[in-house]
Amino acid sequence: MTVLHQPVAGLLDFEAVAADFPILARTVRGGNRLVYLDSGATSQKPTAVLDAERSFYTRHNAAVHRGAHLLAEEATDAYEHARQRIADLVGAQPRELVFTKNATEAINLVSYSFSNATAKAQHGRALPDGAERFVLRPGDEIVVTEMEHHANLVPWQEVADKTGAVLRWIGVTEEGRLDLDHPEHGLSVINERTRVVALTHQSNVLGTVTPVGLVAEAAHAVGALVVLDACQSVPHMPVDVEALGADYVAFSGHKMLGPSGIGVLWGRYELLESMPPFLTGGSMIEVVRMEGSTFAPPPQRFEAGVPMAAQAVGLGAAVDYLEGLRSADGALSGMAAVASHEHALTQYALESLTEVPGVRVVGPLDAEARGSAVSFVVDGIHAHDVGQVLDDRGVEVRVGHHCAWPLHRRFGVAATARATFYVYNGPSDVDDLVAAVRHAQSFFGVA
Amino acid sequence: MDLESLYQEIILDHYKNPRGKGLREPFQAEVHHVNPTCGDEITLRVEIEDGAVADVSYDGMGCSISQASASVLFEQLVGQRIGQGMATFDEFLALMQGRGTVEPDEDILGDAVAFAGVAKYPARVKCALLAWMAWKDAVAQAVASTPEASA
Repeated sequence: MTVLHQPVAGLLDFEAVAADFPILARTVRGGNRLVYLDSGATSQKPTAVLDAERSFYTRHNAAVHRGAHLLAEEATDAYEHARQRIADLVGAQPRELVFTKNATEAINLVSYSFSNATAKAQHGRALPDGAERFVLRPGDEIVVTEMEHHANLVPWQEVADKTGAVLRWIGVTEEGRLDLDHPEHGLSVINERTRVVALTHQSNVLGTVTPVGLVAEAAHAVGALVVLDACQSVPHMPVDVEALGADYVAFSGHKMLGPSGIGVLWGRYELLESMPPFLTGGSMIEVVRMEGSTFAPPPQRFEAGVPMAAQAVGLGAAVDYLEGLRSADGALSGMAAVASHEHALTQYALESLTEVPGVRVVGPLDAEARGSAVSFVVDGIHAHDVGQVLDDRGVEVRVGHHCAWPLHRRFGVAATARATFYVYNGPSDVDDLVAAVRHAQSFFGVA
Repeated sequence: MDLESLYQEIILDHYKNPRGKGLREPFQAEVHHVNPTCGDEITLRVEIEDGAVADVSYDGMGCSISQASASVLFEQLVGQRIGQGMATFDEFLALMQGRGTVEPDEDILGDAVAFAGVAKYPARVKCALLAWMAWKDAVAQAVASTPEASA
């Protein structure tokens, strides 16, 4: 067996980082140290984020964007300051950034713009200027990819069902990259009938980083809009939404050290302006009469009801925390340091896992253009059983299809085990993972 | 420790050597059940004769718990009267939903008592119940399609 060496270059001072996360100090089944390798599902939260939420409630709590008292002013300022911080992180204008309850809702906000605009147009009802581009007709096409999370697939299937549009998709190669050259399911599925192209920035199963610029270029060449699921990229690498080439970018707060209950939709302002509302009610209106209503400009148009202010403040604190990180050698800071850390761990994990006979990684074996989701199958042991043995040793991974069932079908597996790494993980977590996988093989008598 | 109480020898034995696996004729009802959280699935057929479970045949893919529970179901329920089978089902369901507080009755459950440890792992209860829920569904369909079968 080759002796693998733990990575040293490019890492964060992960032990110091882990000390900021109270939950990582607890023990799990059997008194084992918690080895949390499920940040792709949700990340843990540092004290700074918990404190920011608590301090909002203990000092400033009020319903934002309504009322004129001091607390309402402070709460509104805190909420809008958070929007500014998050916008800065991804190179956006704050007015282009909509808070939603999660990324799924953010994607549905866009998908419903299409079905709502289509329904209103069919009845000759008023639409914002420029809304024609959201009106779909039978024969129009929607393009997704085979590696989408259900959150960026099912909403588009629904739009197709409601409007008569046709859903097409780009396939996935054996290696786990988008199969752009495939004769039937390649980039050529984008054609003059295509109105929307929805794809992931980084697969939550394979770890693959997709060539967004290339796909966006093909989409824009035919006048289609590009919706990007950035749930697995914004928390893990520097992302500049303007430079990506997408028209919409959705991500969630809870996967990037923030609280649950908050997601983000970024959209080009002229597009947001021409979209009909999604959820309707208080605070998203301009004028309300019994006969009908007009709507506020974005982002307020898409933030109906009293919003999740404390969660926004918590997410703002998470952004501050991420931007304050430095690699152990001091060479990198912020999201570049996060990306470098994860790259080193991913490479080490790929090398270590593929050393184990009977383990097969589903996804690129090369850490280039690849994030930290490492999904694998162990010959002779179902992923659920692998996960159970790992859990018994404190190693917490995700098992199942990870909300990407068609992708698992593509690879002919019912389920995989998935390890994902984040800022608080270190090489010893990889070692514990690999030792636990070997233990599972011996427990089930397959090694 | 807990891992051994979950994966008892009986379960591992049924997993490695499943009894009655494979789809067979004749059958009065066939159902297909999936566990949406993990993608496990089972196709299960039942044949009812003179008010008794004459055969249960099944195929599918899933974890050791779901596969072993289908095998145990076959051993336990084939040959039972429908009413008796339903009582066994109820006993197994109560055990699985008991979070480890229900004392299993071996006279009713047979090898299925080995699943007592599963009840302590809420995420795995659905695995153990997959085949059993499919069986109940299939029996209900078989009875509905041939009213005399419930005699």
